[in-house]
Amino acid sequence: MTSKKIRVLIAKPGLDGHDRGAKVVARSMRDAGMEVIYTGLRQTPEMIAEAALQEDVDAVGLSILSGAHMVLVPRLMELLRQQGQDNVRVLVGGIIPDEDVPRLKELGVVEVFGPGTSTKTIVDTVIRAVGGEPAHT
Amino acid sequence: MSLVERVLAGDRLALARLLSQIENEETTGLDDLAALYPHTGDAHLVGVTGAPGTGKSTLVNKLVMHMRQEGEEGGDADTMIAVVAVDPSSPFTGGAILGDRIRMRDLAGDPCVFIRSMASRGALGGLARATAGVVQALDAAGFDVIMIETVGAGQAEVDIARTAHTTVVITAPGMGDEVQAIKAGILEIADILVVNKADIPGADNTLRALRATLEMAKPERYVPSLPQQGDASIERGEEADSWETPVMATVATEGEGVAELIQAIEDHRRYLQASGEWTIRERGRIRSEMEGLLRDTLAARFLERQPDGRFEEALEKVLTRSLSPRQAILSILDGEDR
Repeated sequence: MTSKKIRVLIAKPGLDGHDRGAKVVARSMRDAGMEVIYTGLRQTPEMIAEAALQEDVDAVGLSILSGAHMVLVPRLMELLRQQGQDNVRVLVGGIIPDEDVPRLKELGVVEVFGPGTSTKTIVDTVIRAVGGEPAHT
Repeated sequence: MSLVERVLAGDRLALARLLSQIENEETTGLDDLAALYPHTGDAHLVGVTGAPGTGKSTLVNKLVMHMRQEGEEGGDADTMIAVVAVDPSSPFTGGAILGDRIRMRDLAGDPCVFIRSMASRGALGGLARATAGVVQALDAAGFDVIMIETVGAGQAEVDIARTAHTTVVITAPGMGDEVQAIKAGILEIADILVVNKADIPGADNTLRALRATLEMAKPERYVPSLPQQGDASIERGEEADSWETPVMATVATEGEGVAELIQAIEDHRRYLQASGEWTIRERGRIRSEMEGLLRDTLAARFLERQPDGRFEEALEKVLTRSLSPRQAILSILDGEDR
């Protein structure tokens, strides 16, 4: 009688204070049957890696609107690797210049979502990334 | 090293993985939990419950911060504290948003603190079905205090009293009048009552009303059930008076009253141990856990053995009102016996 759920950490690293997008994404993931741990604003990469570890999440969704993604994301990826959390999939959303997208993917980021991405696309990508099945269809 | 050995050695990643396996009721995880069980029994399990918006998470954040600081100043600097925070799952999609960590950000970066969010996954009563197992794993992993924060449902989350040693019930000014307080079983499970947000006007009235209500409503617990449980070996210490539920005021956001609340939690632990009630509660706790498991396992096994459709057939009969639900279940059970 196992009941595996996809667990996702939604985090806002850095200093920008707009979390409307993160909350919309969190809600659509919940509505897709996932368990979403939402940690709030102004998280450091260290806090995010620690929360991901304690919560044993399948994926981390980062919402970054501040432009600091080329600092924050590499740091988080490094921490996850150091802590043995290589299986955790990382996705990024927010304002990311096109030329940075390939660089983020080189670091191991699964996908980068810009403004206007539908929540369905995000949810489907997460499900595919963690190798799970749609929880409710 | 096996997962069990890694958990016992303090490997947090291994612990986190094991907690997931327990939550998902995977056989390997449940077997590992059984291997860890002899290492449990040392932690002080503190339940924190109360209606939504009363400040449970904020107060837990402050409590853990203070407990850790106390550890630094005097005594035991290594007090290990775990927090299990339960939030509701959506009954429609099974999904959940677990937001208790938002209020616990002060605890980030402390290697002696471990926070785990749990979704209730359909269980009523304020906890998830796997909460007891998760708490056991944390106990075995060496945490001295385990705070269990329930779903903020209001009046029905009394499961916590069967899971924790010390139950802290949190309320806030304006959350309901005296009648609410009397009818709710929530008052009866409180070992410590806290009026949080005590800087809101009207807090004095809430405190006074709760104290007055407690004097009338506090039931005689545990003592009557003793003889039935055949527990003659446990004698109550002569010197230990019965526990008087304190009603305390806090302002969690400012940290006011937090030190006093920690003292009360500690006093309650000492009282439980001195009076012998610790053992009585352990017995009650484990009994109810075993009864629950027995129910679940029997039902699962029975349904497994049923020829397909028997249950559905009976369900149809109940739907058309030719059988009552009770008659239907009895007919399925009797059919099995024959």
